[in-house]
Amino acid sequence: MRVALFATCFNDTMWPSTPKAVVTLLERLGCAVEFPRAQTCCGQMFTNTGYATESVPLVRSFVETFTPYDAVVVPSGSCTGSVREQHAALARRVGDAGLERAVSELAPRVHELSEFVVDVLGVTEVGAYFPHRVTYHPTCHSLRMIRVGDRPLRLLRAVRGIDLVSLPAAEECCGFGGTFVMKNPDVSVAMGSDKARHVRETGAEVLVAGDNSCLAHVGGLLSRHRAGVRTLHLAEVLAATEDAPWRPGDGVDHEVGS
Amino acid sequence: MSRTFVGMPAFPLAARTAVADAQLRRNLGHATATIRAKRAAVVSEVQDWEALRARGAEVKDRVLANLDTYLLELEQRLTEAGATVHWARDADEANAIVVTIAGERTAADREAGRAPEVVKVKSMATQEIGLNEALEAAGIRAWETDLAELIVQLGDDLPSHILVPAIHRNRAEVRDIFRREMGRAGRPAPEDLTDEPARLAEAARLHLREKFLRAKVAVSGANFAVAETGTLVVVESEGNGRMCLTLPDTLITVVGIEKLVPTWEDLAVFLQLLPRSSTGERMNPYTSMWTGVHAREGVGDGEPVGDGPQDVHVVLVDNGRTDVLADVVGRQALRCIRCSACLNVCPVYERVGGHAYGSVYPGPIGAVLGPMMRGRRGALEQSLPYASTLCGACFDACPVRIEIPELLVHLRTQVVEHHRAPGSRGLPKPEALAMRAGAWTFADAGRYEKAQNASTLAGRLGDRLLHGRGTVGRMPGPLSAWSDARDAPVPPKQTFRQWWARTHTDTPADPRPDTHEGGVP
Ligand code: SF4
Repeated sequence: MRVALFATCFNDTMWPSTPKAVVTLLERLGCAVEFPRAQTCCGQMFTNTGYATESVPLVRSFVETFTPYDAVVVPSGSCTGSVREQHAALARRVGDAGLERAVSELAPRVHELSEFVVDVLGVTEVGAYFPHRVTYHPTCHSLRMIRVGDRPLRLLRAVRGIDLVSLPAAEECCGFGGTFVMKNPDVSVAMGSDKARHVRETGAEVLVAGDNSCLAHVGGLLSRHRAGVRTLHLAEVLAATEDAPWRPGDGVDHEVGS
Repeated sequence: MSRTFVGMPAFPLAARTAVADAQLRRNLGHATATIRAKRAAVVSEVQDWEALRARGAEVKDRVLANLDTYLLELEQRLTEAGATVHWARDADEANAIVVTIAGERTAADREAGRAPEVVKVKSMATQEIGLNEALEAAGIRAWETDLAELIVQLGDDLPSHILVPAIHRNRAEVRDIFRREMGRAGRPAPEDLTDEPARLAEAARLHLREKFLRAKVAVSGANFAVAETGTLVVVESEGNGRMCLTLPDTLITVVGIEKLVPTWEDLAVFLQLLPRSSTGERMNPYTSMWTGVHAREGVGDGEPVGDGPQDVHVVLVDNGRTDVLADVVGRQALRCIRCSACLNVCPVYERVGGHAYGSVYPGPIGAVLGPMMRGRRGALEQSLPYASTLCGACFDACPVRIEIPELLVHLRTQVVEHHRAPGSRGLPKPEALAMRAGAWTFADAGRYEKAQNASTLAGRLGDRLLHGRGTVGRMPGPLSAWSDARDAPVPPKQTFRQWWARTHTDTPADPRPDTHEGGVP
């Protein structure tokens, strides 16, 4: 099975420790992963802001890049949703039947990280160790667009040492919403503050989710409030072990050549 | 006396004021949380809820695909049953029809020096067309008889919810409105009125009773119109609708043309979906159904005697609906049965309330229907499709499976295309340029990698300036929308692909050749 990692542009540029953790995790589970360098962006931000025309070349490029692979792993529920739920409609919109066919053939092979580990690799106990108090935010697109269900929680529950506490009103949106942050800043902050408040109610030191975009928003609020809660992608929790424990600071990736 | 929504500011501006209103936030948060919990409980006890939703969607799609046939069938059955059917292309035509009928039937009052009046059953269609204002302009008072609608009308306020138009008010505010305003509209509220729900309801009941007994004309909407028999259906909770539908001689019902269901069997699907979705009840307290004019045999000397209204009119209104129907992607919005479940679960609505949406249809479905029915030209209409995070809670709650997030994206695309069209004014230029440049960069891995270098450079600089702190505080320009309230991460000094290239030298390192030469398209 040839497995490709779609890091997503946001993770590649801003949160490299997440795709690195995916590589660590999958290799530990015996799954070699490739990183096709032609990959860039799924086009979600363009599509969801109304720039469908701009997204089409990105759909084309995504299909060309990933068609050779048996499976594509994505550490983002939102970008997985963009590929699986929006790419075909974008191709249809410009009347490109060939592209639409190529998308529908590829889309079922594109998996969000927890889907890939649980469904494709058939594992829930990944051998992770994370001795911290954690709460998990399910993120809207993972929950209601691609419907990952409780897969991330099943993975987290099996982590050794973890103190997993449930988040009140977990299924409610955090208020990120891509360009919503810019277009409706007041509502976005109002929603994010409520999410941050619920996170703090749990007493958790780490907020985990499967999307770094939502985490950047809630984490930015928590940081501004000096809440003493950090955010971390699910992949990084699952990648940590007793031998190579997760260390604060890794998430910022300051060490060149690490 | 009633206000209208004309000239509302664009959504983000109205939302800013609403979000800052502590009383509003408290009222809305409490009300939506309560109704959400009720809905969730009664929906979870239905085993085949998902199948029921699918049937609801299927029936409505069948209606929309054969709207012409069903409308003519409805007209024929209604006419056979003694009702008069009127067709209205838009709000003005519909209002003119109602004003004329109501004017004629209340002429005697006018001549006797009494103010002509009609009583009203809560109806979205009549709000949508601005009927109360049209009646008022013709010198006819329109009395709302639904409790929440009465609160809005007496308070000279605007509705903020489909089902509970006064959801933004709490009990204390309602008491104040009743004490202050009831006397001007009829029987005053008792001097010692408190904010206990029972006392408030009693005051409204006494106030409204006079109006029910006096009115000669009632105006209603309809939740459903059954084509096979010409039967109109109103579901409600308070019984005020039943009063209006049975007491006055003349009954005028304004019905959007999408309200049709083909058969009674189809109706059964919606009578299960609607109450659970809207009030969170297994069944609503009052369901009124009437088929034209009703006559009873054998009373008195054996001649048929009229029972209920004997002068029954039905106004079938288009008002933008056929435009929505013409949009193959957007037409599913016409499945909407106005249950308001999508409002109650919407995190944006919960924090902003209904007024910011600038029409009688607030919340997620309002953000869709507003631009679809009124056009995409106004600033408000253009801002509404963006009044959502696309979180998808609305779709999950919608009893007829309207894919609201997809419709919002569809409308956003139309807004952008509208600005792209040659000769269009008011271009969102910086955004459009940024989007085009961004997409051009992302369309090629080589260009993308060059752009990433700027980010890692910022990361290296940031590291020095911020002395190792991982976040940035306030930033200028458009970035302030983010940084006014949130810290921002400092970009890392090394991208993932740089790390990969160094650590995985065995895999092909070169991106595809640049196939998109020639500058930003
Ligand atoms: S869109 Fe769906 S959930 Fe919203 S009011 Fe209409 S029927 Fe109800």
